[in-house]
Amino acid sequence: MQRIRLRYTKRGRLRFTSHRDFQRAFERALRRAEVPMAYSAGFTPHPKVSYANAAPTGTGSEAEYLEIQLTARRDPAPLRELLNASLPDGLDVTDAVEAHTSGLADRLQASVWEIRLDGVGTETAERAVAAFLAAEEVQVERRTKNGMRAFDTRAAVARLETVRSESDRPDGNACAILRLVVRHLTPAVRPDDVLSGLRATADLAPPVPAAVTRLAQGLLDEESGTVTDPLAPDRDAATAAPSTAAGLSAAKVPSGASPAVSGEGTA
Amino acid sequence: MSAESVFPQLEALLPHVQKPIQYVGGELNSTVKPWESCDVRWSLMYPDAYEVGLPNQGVMILYEVLNEREGVLAERTYSVWPDLEALMREHHVPQFTVDGHRPVRAFDVFGLSFSTELGYTNMLTALDLAGIPLLAADRTLDDPIVLAGGHAAFNPEPIADFLDCAVVGDGEQAVLEITDIVRAWKAEGRPGGRDELLFRLAKTGGVYVPKFYDVEYLADGRIARVVPNRSGVPWRVSKHTVMDLDEWPYPKQPLVPLAETVHERMSVEIFRGCTRGCRFCQAGMITRPVRERSITGIGEMVEKGLKATGFEEVGLLSLSSADHTEIGDVAKGLADRYEEDKIGLSLPSTRVDAFNIDLANELTRNGRRSGLTFAPEGGSERIRKVINKMVSEEDLIRTVSTAYGNGWRQVKLYFMCGLPTETDEDVLQIGDMAVNVIAEGRKVSGQNDIRCTVSIGGFVPKPHTPFQWAPQLSAEETDARLTKLRDKIRGDKKYGRSIGFRYHDGKPGIVEGLLSRGDRRVGAVIRAVYEGGGRFDGWREHFSYDRWMKAAEETLPAQGVDVAWYTTRERTYEEVLPWDHLDSGLDKDWLWEDWQDALDETEVEDCRWTPCFDCGVCPQLDLDIQIGPTGKKLLPLTVVK
Repeated sequence: MQRIRLRYTKRGRLRFTSHRDFQRAFERALRRAEVPMAYSAGFTPHPKVSYANAAPTGTGSEAEYLEIQLTARRDPAPLRELLNASLPDGLDVTDAVEAHTSGLADRLQASVWEIRLDGVGTETAERAVAAFLAAEEVQVERRTKNGMRAFDTRAAVARLETVRSESDRPDGNACAILRLVVRHLTPAVRPDDVLSGLRATADLAPPVPAAVTRLAQGLLDEESGTVTDPLAPDRDAATAAPSTAAGLSAAKVPSGASPAVSGEGTA
Repeated sequence: MSAESVFPQLEALLPHVQKPIQYVGGELNSTVKPWESCDVRWSLMYPDAYEVGLPNQGVMILYEVLNEREGVLAERTYSVWPDLEALMREHHVPQFTVDGHRPVRAFDVFGLSFSTELGYTNMLTALDLAGIPLLAADRTLDDPIVLAGGHAAFNPEPIADFLDCAVVGDGEQAVLEITDIVRAWKAEGRPGGRDELLFRLAKTGGVYVPKFYDVEYLADGRIARVVPNRSGVPWRVSKHTVMDLDEWPYPKQPLVPLAETVHERMSVEIFRGCTRGCRFCQAGMITRPVRERSITGIGEMVEKGLKATGFEEVGLLSLSSADHTEIGDVAKGLADRYEEDKIGLSLPSTRVDAFNIDLANELTRNGRRSGLTFAPEGGSERIRKVINKMVSEEDLIRTVSTAYGNGWRQVKLYFMCGLPTETDEDVLQIGDMAVNVIAEGRKVSGQNDIRCTVSIGGFVPKPHTPFQWAPQLSAEETDARLTKLRDKIRGDKKYGRSIGFRYHDGKPGIVEGLLSRGDRRVGAVIRAVYEGGGRFDGWREHFSYDRWMKAAEETLPAQGVDVAWYTTRERTYEEVLPWDHLDSGLDKDWLWEDWQDALDETEVEDCRWTPCFDCGVCPQLDLDIQIGPTGKKLLPLTVVK
């Protein structure tokens, strides 16, 4: 039984794909690509796919992760190509490594988000960010299945800053960009909760919906507030000690196929 | 009008609506051709929500047929839900295609496929959102030709004022012929404006242009006659029939949506048409003659379609799938091929006979045997003779017995209420049938957890059927009859708890009846309902009977007619019916004889196995039924490892 871990994206208009929609599309792609999937037992067998921590519908992502179980060995790199050919553009598999370690889900400790605020000037955004960070606690409310629920957003935020770039767009319209590092806690704090927090602390009210993209997920370095590639341990294990069962295919994983991703913020 | 994508404007609205994924396109196997590379451009609409419209085979086939053609493009559009409609109006975003997100008004042809009349108000919403005048008479050269097709187009009169033209029958070849005419007219610099283009279409004899026909009425409200008002326009418009399905193996690349839709499977139409002759069934009448896809053609479509989509279920579609001359070999061959791949096979629309249990067993070799569905349609032997559904209660019990013996646990039975000549007694016998089914099931299986669900729909008489003259049962009478049946079932101490009873109410059927057999005067009702907020009439939560009745009371009495006149009134032989000038191939006199046979409780055989009974289709269209057997088999696929 081989396990392969994939990193994939939700880009452009396909960011409106819900997690359930993605699951169906991915399982069909597995069949189209003729991946020798392991199936669960029972009346309605399902291919064994473990999804971790999906981004909310409507937010883009460069860093979603899942793991599949195969009944026959496959080389991760060509498998990735096959899957990409079988998925719609925008749902792209950007990395594939054989699992050599346990606990991928445990390594997804935090996310790096980019938040584009069309119509908001960088200075306005900076003031709001400062007010948010200065607060001990920022209570917001969100509607959940069990009604409105109030919770703190401040504690989950490991880092929040405006990105200095040519962020004000060429057409002269202001567009502030925030970079946010959020710890995965319970209850989960999502980027829109932080936006609610910015509204609560500093009256930040973007005129159009923010465009939100997850840039990375992984282990959080508390010192620097950066996030490291959660597939790196598998890649390291593969290069250090090629798997005995099918050494060749495992060794073919191109090292550096995916640069270690981190949330260096303004770097 | 600019064909530029409106996606940037739409995108800003999407975070505020339910299920935004349905509006973004990007489905697997969808096509966006460069606008400038094409000189004839179609937008195709299924006028219902995306989740219903996307799997529609008709639209999918035409989309692919058109896009395969050099210099032609087709994009799809669906009805937007009221939440997005409100935002689109507020922010001036027009009705758009999900492929290129182009405004519908920028295309040459706006084609709508109507499986049901309940999509009419959605058409008006789409036209209005698109910025296209609702009335065909108000359109200019800047507007597309608005074209209707689908089964409801066999009586397009209620929407005649909103349509530029309609096509009846199979669309595959028709859309290409229309494309050629549009292309030539555009290349010549659009001489004579819209009228010239419509005239060229009408002259073919296969495109109905309502404006070229005048309807004259008698003092009592009936139609006196329908006359062409231009020379060169034919008296009757004939339907299109594709003869060799193997030459049209579409869809080859079925669309695979990201959003969840009502049918998530690879569908293959295994034959078109049906000659069983059920008198209530419009589909069976208007799609004659029977034309089978060959067993090898089916095998090839399934194989390529599964590769192209990754679907895990194959649906073998037709009006009565077990009637394919080689269905046994088809089912076994496919089950053999895909047994290892966890591909499910389904065979909707099967009849009540024991052979179908063998088929069902074949299709569920390693799956669950949960429920089987049959449609006896009528509760009593007598009423089944009236509707020509030739199945006896013994047949049903024998079938059900075999099913329970093979491990099936639940049987669902479909019936109709309000059939011509029906009495309370005919309907109450539905309860007896359900009881007998459960008794047999308990006996054969030796278990008590046997269920039978009775699902009942109100009968709506349809154009081009022997029942086109029949009075429809009023909503009140339908409801009263079914209340008696429900009470009878609930009162049965021994079996009542094992019988499920599904029925809503008779009101939507009356609106469907008004639209099905309506004439041009009904157009005003549709418009008033739309203007009063009517949308998504096929959806229980959006449908408003009161809105329809109010609109009818405001518009119809001035013309000397009312809803009852269109629905519960019986027509006579002499009456000119609103759809008489649309030729489905059926001989009107044969339909009348069949109506008389119905009243006499006389049955008619299936012409596939018995001599021709002169329904008129084959000689009228100069063709013949196309059936097997071919004697061929599906060979195992060579597996490349």
